[in-house]
Amino acid sequence: MTLPDLSREEIARYSRHLILDEVGMEGQRRLKGASVLCIGTGGLGSPLLMYLAAAGVGRIGIVDFDVVDASNLQRQVLHGTSTVGIAKVQSAAQRIADLNPHVQIDIFEEALTSENALRIFEPYDVVVDGTDNFPTRYLVNDACVILGKPNVYGSIFKFEGQASVFNYQGGPNYRDLYPEPPPPGLVPSCAEGGVLGILPGVIGCIQATETLKILLGRGDTLSGRLLLYDAMAMSFRELKLRKDPTLAPITELIDYQQFCGVPANDHDQDHSQVDEPFQRIDVLAARDRLNSGWKPYVLDVRGASEAEIVRFTWADRLQPHGDVADIANDLPRDRDILVHCKMGGRSAKACAALADIGFPADRLFNLDGGIVGWAERIDPSMPSY
Amino acid sequence: MTVSIRIPTPLRPYTDGEPSVAVEATTVGGALNFLTTAHPDLSKHLRNEHGKLRSFVNVYLGDEDIRFLNAEDTPLTDGAELTIVPSIAGGVA
Repeated sequence: MTLPDLSREEIARYSRHLILDEVGMEGQRRLKGASVLCIGTGGLGSPLLMYLAAAGVGRIGIVDFDVVDASNLQRQVLHGTSTVGIAKVQSAAQRIADLNPHVQIDIFEEALTSENALRIFEPYDVVVDGTDNFPTRYLVNDACVILGKPNVYGSIFKFEGQASVFNYQGGPNYRDLYPEPPPPGLVPSCAEGGVLGILPGVIGCIQATETLKILLGRGDTLSGRLLLYDAMAMSFRELKLRKDPTLAPITELIDYQQFCGVPANDHDQDHSQVDEPFQRIDVLAARDRLNSGWKPYVLDVRGASEAEIVRFTWADRLQPHGDVADIANDLPRDRDILVHCKMGGRSAKACAALADIGFPADRLFNLDGGIVGWAERIDPSMPSY
Repeated sequence: MTVSIRIPTPLRPYTDGEPSVAVEATTVGGALNFLTTAHPDLSKHLRNEHGKLRSFVNVYLGDEDIRFLNAEDTPLTDGAELTIVPSIAGGVA
């Protein structure tokens, strides 16, 4: 393959790379001739895309279907206050074009699926996984294995991160590390558990470093190694990663939502079809009933940090949803109990747990929409988060 | 013999926030059992209903995955360090 030449402007821009023996003119031309696909433009994608663009990777594809939200800006530094409300891929493309106009940007404003993944991945040299959910991680992995492309992996939780390079030069892939995903609900999400904003910055920069090394053919990559980062301890550890010979070969893409046990259309689920051991009440109906004299015991099942952001002054008790059974003896048996969390998911679990230990279904009410729904639809003076 | 088990952030709520737990055991399986006896809420996160280690939870002895050693029968030496590494996705789990 003949490498593209650098223009006079590009030589000036990349001079600090060009004087590095390990990059030099040839390496920089390699980067210009290279293409990288980044799945996700969030916390991991932010530093990753900016550094890859700044480094002069010639062609960068970005896949995301989300819209920039104010709560993203604590960590997703690719976006800004001026782009809140617009598509993340558009916001990202604007920022990258400003950073380095020599980069060709391909925009995929769509969710990555088993139907489109192989088509989208096909033209790229390296795929970088900056996603935030298990179904997409397995999809990215399997598509990379099928197409023989390296998959630069990074993942985060609260204060801890993981990084590796999968499917590179015959090395192990994500399934060798974790053959199966956890069932939904067993692992708390970042929306529930929170994340230190700088954490994806550190892990995303490691992914960008590994991507550049692969493109340059230089150094020792994380292939065959899992890097663990603990921001609180400020420690890095390295574990060995091997191919698992007992695993079936990956030959086709599957239904990853089903594989990960996620209901096909979670948010539109019709709860009336499900026989639940508690009642559901939305925020508007709850307000109306409360205004007309309903006096339920109100149980907030969020964490203490969340209650510090915003709480109902009329809540009776705060107890995290996983531990509601511990306070069963303190809860009234002869009154309705209205259980709420941020959006209504954890409180439904808490209701089910209380039903399990004998609270009658006609006494348990889940506040659908949660305190954030209340803030949005009833009391806009309340902060949302 | 005494070995230490490093607890990852997602599982610390089940060890009263402790990042590391010291246990007495001669095998990896024994160490995990010691841990879940001391912290019963941790059990369902580590093992499935048949008592098997869950496939999205990896256990390392030093830097080696026990799946490539002798799994839970892997013998321990005094002062050994076990690390539990669950899969994390970031964002929506």
